[in-house]
Amino acid sequence: MRRVVVTGIGLVTPLGCGAKTVWERLLSGASGANRITDFETDDLACKIAANVPRVDGRGGGSPDMAGVFDPDSVMSSRERKRVDDFILYSIAAADEAIADSGWTPAEDDREAQERTGVLFGSGIGGLQTTYDASITLAEKGPRRLSPFVIPSMLINLASGQISIRHGFKGPNHSVVTACATGAHAIGDAARLIQRGDADVMIAGGGEAAICRLGIAGFVACRAMTTAYNETPEAASRPYDEGRDGFLMGEGAGAVVLEEYEHAKARGATIYGEYLGYGLSGDAYHITSPSPDGDGGFRAMKAALKDAGISESDIGYVNAHGTSTPVGDEIEVRAVERFFGDHAKNVTMSSTKSSIGHLLGAAGAVEAVFSILALRDQIAPPTINLDNPSVDTKMNLAAHKPVAFKSDAVLSNSFGFGGTNAALIFGKA
Amino acid sequence: MSDVAARVKKMVVEHLDVEESKVTENAHFIDDLGADSLDTVEIIMAFEEEFDIEIKEDESENIQTVGDAVKFISAKV
Repeated sequence: MRRVVVTGIGLVTPLGCGAKTVWERLLSGASGANRITDFETDDLACKIAANVPRVDGRGGGSPDMAGVFDPDSVMSSRERKRVDDFILYSIAAADEAIADSGWTPAEDDREAQERTGVLFGSGIGGLQTTYDASITLAEKGPRRLSPFVIPSMLINLASGQISIRHGFKGPNHSVVTACATGAHAIGDAARLIQRGDADVMIAGGGEAAICRLGIAGFVACRAMTTAYNETPEAASRPYDEGRDGFLMGEGAGAVVLEEYEHAKARGATIYGEYLGYGLSGDAYHITSPSPDGDGGFRAMKAALKDAGISESDIGYVNAHGTSTPVGDEIEVRAVERFFGDHAKNVTMSSTKSSIGHLLGAAGAVEAVFSILALRDQIAPPTINLDNPSVDTKMNLAAHKPVAFKSDAVLSNSFGFGGTNAALIFGKA
Repeated sequence: MSDVAARVKKMVVEHLDVEESKVTENAHFIDDLGADSLDTVEIIMAFEEEFDIEIKEDESENIQTVGDAVKFISAKV
């Protein structure tokens, strides 16, 4: 089997943009949560979110802030009419990852272009675009609908836009598996390289669902936090007794996956090796995880088998840990079952405590965090974990980062519909 | 320049993000101003809204240049 390594990373998150900036802020225990200011929330039970900080002040951004997101630096206002924000974030994260990898095939290097593909996903796609278009249709009629509505809301247009921008003519594909999207995108892309369909894949996920429809919809499924509107930074508190639902985040994560010999031949910097990927279905409920956590357990088992390593090789787990009352404990039990006696040596943290739940982007952003944790041998903290509601032998990295020593890390992502994905990365 | 011509020119500059100097009477939306087929649909819609007129699909096919647009709109308003 061809080996796959990670040679580039890119992040757009509620802690800012740029992997270096975000990683530093994450380790410092920062929170990206804020009061929602750009739409009416008076009638919404949840009035907070983790927005990407922007130069215009949204999400607590300011022009001189490190890692602030500037839409103009990504594309012109004319080009932006063609893309929903989930695509804009995806493009920005992919641009960073591609530049970071140094893999920029020349315009006349057809073979290199055709051996480079894109696999980006989103959980929801252009929700704000769809919402606005529905109102235009109802109020003004079909003749007032912009021709850009459909291409800006379609989920695979993130992959399409990235490929057009960089001239990548290899496999162009997309994934939609709710909150497991980003992990599935990376796993599927790696398999395309393993099987020889491509030598390089840009993979990840993007999401921008912090809008009235997104917040109201998730509140209606009773999945969101509603008790912390006055203290947004305390809202996302995985494993803590006071947790009451997830805090919605937005952004994108991207990785450049590359066949090992290809990366070595061009002297690329290798962050780590993609080792394994496991998938499973709960076949239980549309929004609730199966109470025994068996779906997540089987995804982890499958990833371990795929990686061909032992569970004792894994020292850090980036948890799905969304801060919902039911889900967090089910995952802890499933991870303990997976590790058995080795659980006492494992650190598991939920970075959603800092950045909220990025839905379809979560798995990709968290894969990047896992890769950086592996490189630096340090687990980012679970902030707000004051009073754990769950007894576990694992170290949940409450408040502070935890140093660990191991050759491999695991990242879990679970989604509505009972879809589960687990990724394992190893040292380069 | 007529009022219609000035307004059309301003809209083209904004929608297509091009320099004002390029937006001449003979400027072709696709060949000279970098528009694609979706841009032309969008700008025709914008003209309809701005001038409160209806431009039928077969009529819009004949609007290829800035001058075509000014002429068509001037006849309607």
